[in-house]
Amino acid sequence: MHGRPRKPQKPEEEEASAVEAAKLRNLQSQLLANHHQKNYAKEALEVSANLLEMNPDLYTAWNYRKLAVEHYLKESPSDIESIKAILDEELRVAESALRQNVKSYGAWYHRKWILSKRHSSTDHELRLLGKFQKLDARNFHAWNYRRFVAGLMNIPEEKELMYTTDMIDSNFSNYSAWHNRSALLAKLLNKKAEGYFPVEKVLNDEYELVHQAIFTDPDDQSGWFYHLWLLDQTVKTNPPSLVSSWPPHSFNVALSRTGCLNDGTLSSFSRFQSDSGTIPLILYFDQPVQGLDSSSVIVKSTANLRDLIWKPLSKCNRAAAKAWVSHLNFPQEELNSYSVEVSIGHSQKLVSATGFHHVKPTHFSFKVAVNLGETTTEDCGNGGIRWKDENFTSCGISQNFPFGSSGNPTGENNYAPSTSEWCAETISNEIALFRELLSETDCKIGKLTLARLLMAHAATSPHANKIVQLEEVLDLYQDLMKLDPSHFCYYEDEHSLVLLKKLTSTRESLLRHCYSYKDKTSPYIDSTTCLRLNNLSISRIESVEKLLWVQVLDLSHNEIRSIEGLEGMQLLSCLSLSNNKIGSFTTLEPLRLIKSLKVLDISYNEIGLHSIDTTRYLFSSPLSHSEENYLSGDELAIDCTDLATYWEAYLLFKDLSLAQLDIEGNMISSERFKAFLIKILPKLHWLDGKQVQ
Amino acid sequence: MGELAAEEHVKYIISVEKRKDDFQSVMMEHIRMIGAYWGLTTLDILGKLDTVDIDEVVSWVLKCQHESEILVRLDLGFKVFLYCNILSVIITLTGKNQRREGCELHCLLQKYRGWIWMHAWWRISLWTEIFLAGGYVSGKSNLEVLMVDLRNFLMWVCYSWWVLSSLIMIDRVHWINKEKLIKFILDCQGTENGGISDRPDDAVDIYHSYFGIAGLSLLETWVRTSLLRYPE
Repeated sequence: MHGRPRKPQKPEEEEASAVEAAKLRNLQSQLLANHHQKNYAKEALEVSANLLEMNPDLYTAWNYRKLAVEHYLKESPSDIESIKAILDEELRVAESALRQNVKSYGAWYHRKWILSKRHSSTDHELRLLGKFQKLDARNFHAWNYRRFVAGLMNIPEEKELMYTTDMIDSNFSNYSAWHNRSALLAKLLNKKAEGYFPVEKVLNDEYELVHQAIFTDPDDQSGWFYHLWLLDQTVKTNPPSLVSSWPPHSFNVALSRTGCLNDGTLSSFSRFQSDSGTIPLILYFDQPVQGLDSSSVIVKSTANLRDLIWKPLSKCNRAAAKAWVSHLNFPQEELNSYSVEVSIGHSQKLVSATGFHHVKPTHFSFKVAVNLGETTTEDCGNGGIRWKDENFTSCGISQNFPFGSSGNPTGENNYAPSTSEWCAETISNEIALFRELLSETDCKIGKLTLARLLMAHAATSPHANKIVQLEEVLDLYQDLMKLDPSHFCYYEDEHSLVLLKKLTSTRESLLRHCYSYKDKTSPYIDSTTCLRLNNLSISRIESVEKLLWVQVLDLSHNEIRSIEGLEGMQLLSCLSLSNNKIGSFTTLEPLRLIKSLKVLDISYNEIGLHSIDTTRYLFSSPLSHSEENYLSGDELAIDCTDLATYWEAYLLFKDLSLAQLDIEGNMISSERFKAFLIKILPKLHWLDGKQVQ
Repeated sequence: MGELAAEEHVKYIISVEKRKDDFQSVMMEHIRMIGAYWGLTTLDILGKLDTVDIDEVVSWVLKCQHESEILVRLDLGFKVFLYCNILSVIITLTGKNQRREGCELHCLLQKYRGWIWMHAWWRISLWTEIFLAGGYVSGKSNLEVLMVDLRNFLMWVCYSWWVLSSLIMIDRVHWINKEKLIKFILDCQGTENGGISDRPDDAVDIYHSYFGIAGLSLLETWVRTSLLRYPE
């Protein structure tokens, strides 16, 4: 109930209200009695009509009338006139109910139901709608009904599009009209209707129209939303393409068993340790895709690799993901070197979330040298990883990590998204136009739009100076944080994503964050390069396509609330998330997909601080059947109350074989909790800097 | 910032439950089951479920299931919706008393505190509905839509429930200003006899009492229910 004033009733009002209540009660009882007795006499119908006029939301009365209509249609002679008379009466009742309450679901539905019988004239409907839409231009019931009537009357989409033009012309600030316009236009463009081809021309005209709205009142947001949709139409025509992989093209992987052995002759990047003789093969696409299997991705090898199973790297096992992984299992018994070729061609199966098929043939190959030998050391007692600054030294410029696709014979351009000149030009024009607008007014949604346009330009134009553009976007978001503090965290999230994009955009900028760990004898860290993205005010992580090679990652001292996206980094063995804003274990769910993780630092976060874990039902529930985690025998050894209390922690850690964990500085941390962790993590050597007995 | 007048809200909810014959009660009689669900859930969030006569409510719910035409004669969608509510009410109630058939299921739910899943599915449909309702141009993702400046809209307390629960589902609650919303909800409290209204100067009702308190709970400011809390 909306809009009833808060004031005590005067005695005479109270009296009137009591009379009304008694009348309503009486009508309601009569209706229910008639309904039970299937009494569809004229007087009985009159009762329901009166009742609906008072209370149009009473669906039982509408259903009673529907039964009555069916009854009379069966009884009456089949002449059109008498049928029409029955139905016209229903239209009348529905109309008077709508006058009482224009947002009554039951009344609109009843009207639809009558019209669907296709005996009534529809001419009156548009006039009636005109009236209701004048009363409230954004009444979604009326807009829904309009689409229904247009469908029933076969009104061409072109004509309905003109109606939205009229509505927009009379009032720019009409979200519903803009929305209907986008839906209609999408249909017309899709079927290349006459006058709606080529797409480029139509979209240019639409840009003109929306500019008028935006420049008339830059603070009204309805036009900006349509602009956002237009931008999406301008850039969305790309089929999915592969942006990176691990192992990358022409790479040599040295596969060895986990241990402290350090063979100095090999580049650290190419070394991969696994006790089971498997390496992950990761494919990273520019947009979420689905349909990867042994027919859409052909993997040929001199090793006898069995049928590969591809898994999407996304939470909740969604079908589509940017990153996919498959595990290649090499024979363990002998020393050998194998080559692997991967081809992704034109495939009907491999399809983006927007429905585009993968078209561009992509090939790459790499070599795997298997040397599993004996396990060299079991004693890993010489200390866990310490994430202190003094333990890291900056890498020399000679570091040669697999960056981008430099070694790919098909060339860098093959990995860049395809683009059209029109798209780049259109976005450039828009950028120029909004720069001009913003020089006159400090409009926040204008700045946001400019930031999005610059991102689109950097992604689609081959001539763009990406670094300069990304820096401008970062400035815009900094500006917005000050200008619009209510949405600070939104801008912070966006800022983080752009910052990560910038840091990973060139080898040089990434190199500035690469360090070596001092203690080369540590069993987990080896001599691998560590990527340190600490102290950068990052709140969110998304695109990790340039970071697939990273095994040691320091994200400490940031503002991280969510680690969604990190699951793409399948090689991670050591991760620090200390001093961030992680609020719960369920937030860390993406880690469950990183099977190689050995060292995890989540100290000084906010786990247990919030009384409600608002992220928990974003992830799989113990009650959902998709979870393969029903309690098995050995788990019964754990105290049931502990398990119930720390369910989230159990769900997260049971799939990880951590050797080192830091958890102190979280509300949830207690002696009882630590004891529980030791029980569920049998391979744990270090907990909060202390050796586990 | 004001305080949550929890005691008054409890009294208000109980009084609404008892009231059956005034005009508003009769007008809303056909969705009394939803009203009961909302009232009971609010009491639960406030930690005051023991203030209602459990036996009375349970027998009423069970009676409705079989006898009332008003409940049975529904469109399909509504029927499912109501069954969900009935089930929730029974589960919520029996859980407190540890009895009846719902008990076993509830224990399981209680154990893993996963009960909110029950509600999740129809929040998804609400989420969709909100954006269809607004007629927003949804662009490439619904996330963008959230930046809508609501100043052109009439702001209602019920948004704090359905928009917030949607934001929670996509893990983006931090994108809005919590303090402002908390203040708005508290400003909508009835000053004399409890209850919460749609807007500061409007009349309170049971539905907005639920929306407001659920909103505060989603904003992590008020949680008494045992179901959602981390153990102390």
